[in-house]
Amino acid sequence: MRDLRLTTAFRDATAAALLAALLALPMLGFQLTGTAQGLTLDTRFPWVGYAALTVFCGRLALSLAGQILAPLFKAKLSLPFLLAAPPGRLRNIAGWTMVVLAIGLPLTPFTDRNLLDKATLLLIYVMLGWGLNIVVGLAGLLDLGYVAFYAVGAYSYALLSQNFGLSFWLCLPFAGALAASFGILLGFPVLRLRGDYLAIVTLGFGEIVRVILLNWQDVTNGPVGISGIQRPSFFGLPFLASQPGHTTFHEFFGIPFSTEHRIYFLYYLILALALTTNIFTHRIRRLPIGRAWEALREDETACRSLGIDPTKTKLSAFALGAMFAGFAGSFFATRQGFISPESFTFIESAIILAIVVLGGMGSQIGIVLAAILLVGLPEWFRELQQYRMLAFGGAMVLIMLWRPRGLLANREPTLRLPPLAAENPGERPK
Amino acid sequence: MDYFLQQLINGLTLGAIYGLIAIGYTMVYGIIGMINFAHGDIYMLGAFISMIGFLLMGVLGITFLPLALLLVLLIAMVFTALYGWTVERLAYRPLRGSVKLAPLISAIGMSIVLQNFAQVAQGARVKPLPPIIKGSIQLSSANADYPVTLSYLQIVIMLVTIALMLGFSWLITRTSLGRSQRATEQDMTMAALLGIDVDRVVSTTFVIGAALAAVAGLMVTLYYGVIDFYIGFVAGMKAFTAAVLGGIGSLPGAMLGGLLIGLIEAFWSAYFSIEYKDVAAFSILILVLLFRPTGLLGKPEVEKV
Repeated sequence: MRDLRLTTAFRDATAAALLAALLALPMLGFQLTGTAQGLTLDTRFPWVGYAALTVFCGRLALSLAGQILAPLFKAKLSLPFLLAAPPGRLRNIAGWTMVVLAIGLPLTPFTDRNLLDKATLLLIYVMLGWGLNIVVGLAGLLDLGYVAFYAVGAYSYALLSQNFGLSFWLCLPFAGALAASFGILLGFPVLRLRGDYLAIVTLGFGEIVRVILLNWQDVTNGPVGISGIQRPSFFGLPFLASQPGHTTFHEFFGIPFSTEHRIYFLYYLILALALTTNIFTHRIRRLPIGRAWEALREDETACRSLGIDPTKTKLSAFALGAMFAGFAGSFFATRQGFISPESFTFIESAIILAIVVLGGMGSQIGIVLAAILLVGLPEWFRELQQYRMLAFGGAMVLIMLWRPRGLLANREPTLRLPPLAAENPGERPK
Repeated sequence: MDYFLQQLINGLTLGAIYGLIAIGYTMVYGIIGMINFAHGDIYMLGAFISMIGFLLMGVLGITFLPLALLLVLLIAMVFTALYGWTVERLAYRPLRGSVKLAPLISAIGMSIVLQNFAQVAQGARVKPLPPIIKGSIQLSSANADYPVTLSYLQIVIMLVTIALMLGFSWLITRTSLGRSQRATEQDMTMAALLGIDVDRVVSTTFVIGAALAAVAGLMVTLYYGVIDFYIGFVAGMKAFTAAVLGGIGSLPGAMLGGLLIGLIEAFWSAYFSIEYKDVAAFSILILVLLFRPTGLLGKPEVEKV
């Protein structure tokens, strides 16, 4: 056993504890309490001590663990083998396993309503992640307002079904098309912008859409939102105990009525939608347009000089990415039965972007893993309430520090050059 | 005309506050090329610390107003700067030189952390503070219903902003710290080779940005009299818009952008609709970027192949 540098560790820990105490002094040491007479100041200095003590122990444990584990890290023993960028084959197997697991999930005995509800929510985020991946991961355009398209999809389904009585399946293409046209609408002004200018314009766009939804009372019903949205039917067969003049789902199939049918149906519906997104992305990467996106991401100038039209390429990425958000939005509206601008705030955009980046920019399986980490896990800790969001933000920072390139960083190349012909070595560039 | 003048005064006051926050965005962007999403929340912490400072002055019995203001200003600047320094050290420095989106996500995470930290530590309720600087000057009373007033508080806000701007420009253009900062901004690697401690320069940038945000937080506490843990997001977004409007990376641009956003908001709320003032600010940003893709005072990017 090597000797541990205890003094250094102690010095670091003391410095960190002092800093923590200073930081905690105003925010934790004092508390603003509202009373009938106005604001009063209470003190709770013990909290400062607790904060300092926690940081001291944490920092000490971290540096000691670092010193003990450092040799192990050097031997690369601690890297979980799945995360160590599996080759394409392994990734394929993992992907198919996930699909089989997802399809089989509702059939397992331990699955209940609650679990399926959470899995459905998770799949919405996976689908949104895959959709945004087209814009951010493939085309390399930073979009901080993706939730706007999600909102457009949700509101178009809600309004179409309420005002014209259209069914979910009829509205779905409408919602997708409308969201896609919003994507093009956003795409036009930002064509000339790069990187961070794009970020603020997309962020602003998301806010504009939200503010309009909030204030256009006549159409969107403002902050109250739209309730009583038509629930989905099984291709025309409603999930109801009985409906006069209509055959319901359980009557048609001759099975006893259960409220769980709808939950199962919704789960498989979003699974199908998400998988469609995935397959679409997977296939389009092999088409000229998909290759143009990835080329544009790598080098715009080179693309232009090779005759790729950046306008068309960028707009199509925005439109297609937005379309999938529109689909997901429609699904969200029909699942909840109620929507309001509350559900489409910037934080949602941030979560979706975080899923894409943490997943490893362009990696489809990585997005699933990141969605499970960022959306699935916190769902289980709902009771913690405000501490949950604190931990959520902290986890976002920690994962980024741990793997700055995302969970599955190595991007599978879309095209490999054929191995150089061994029989004519003369053709090899010197 | 009177109404217009009044809105001009209100808009300039608001713009001064946005400008101070925008400087933090633009400086950080200029040096390490990242959007510091947590900056709005640093400003929110500044507002909270100022409010705690004012109540503390009351408890300690310091009633001489200028002294109390100065002390609170100092307290807010020091502690907020400490928060800014810590955020950079914990969440951004390890990611420097990594892929471009990594610090952005880390910053969004940090923003969520700070917001919820304030909520957990101080409660979710809105915190009201009675007005501290009272009184105003009546500029014109041609119309008895709408007298044009310039409150002492607005004068203080503008004076403090101008003083800070002057001091800050002096810091950037005349001192050795400013010189190393400008050098780092131009070329980080070369600056490091020439013996500039780049880490320290970046740290100071965050400290200065946070201190200016603290001043903005103090002013907002005085001006509106109510704060909550969520103010950082909205103000941060406006200030970021201001920084981009002025040309991100340009310090005069940040101030100009701040004033413009403040004026747009004031006039739009006054003449059109208060609900859509954010839409107006963003629409004008998009319009400006259509014609000047690098903002009003931003240098056009020269791309070398």
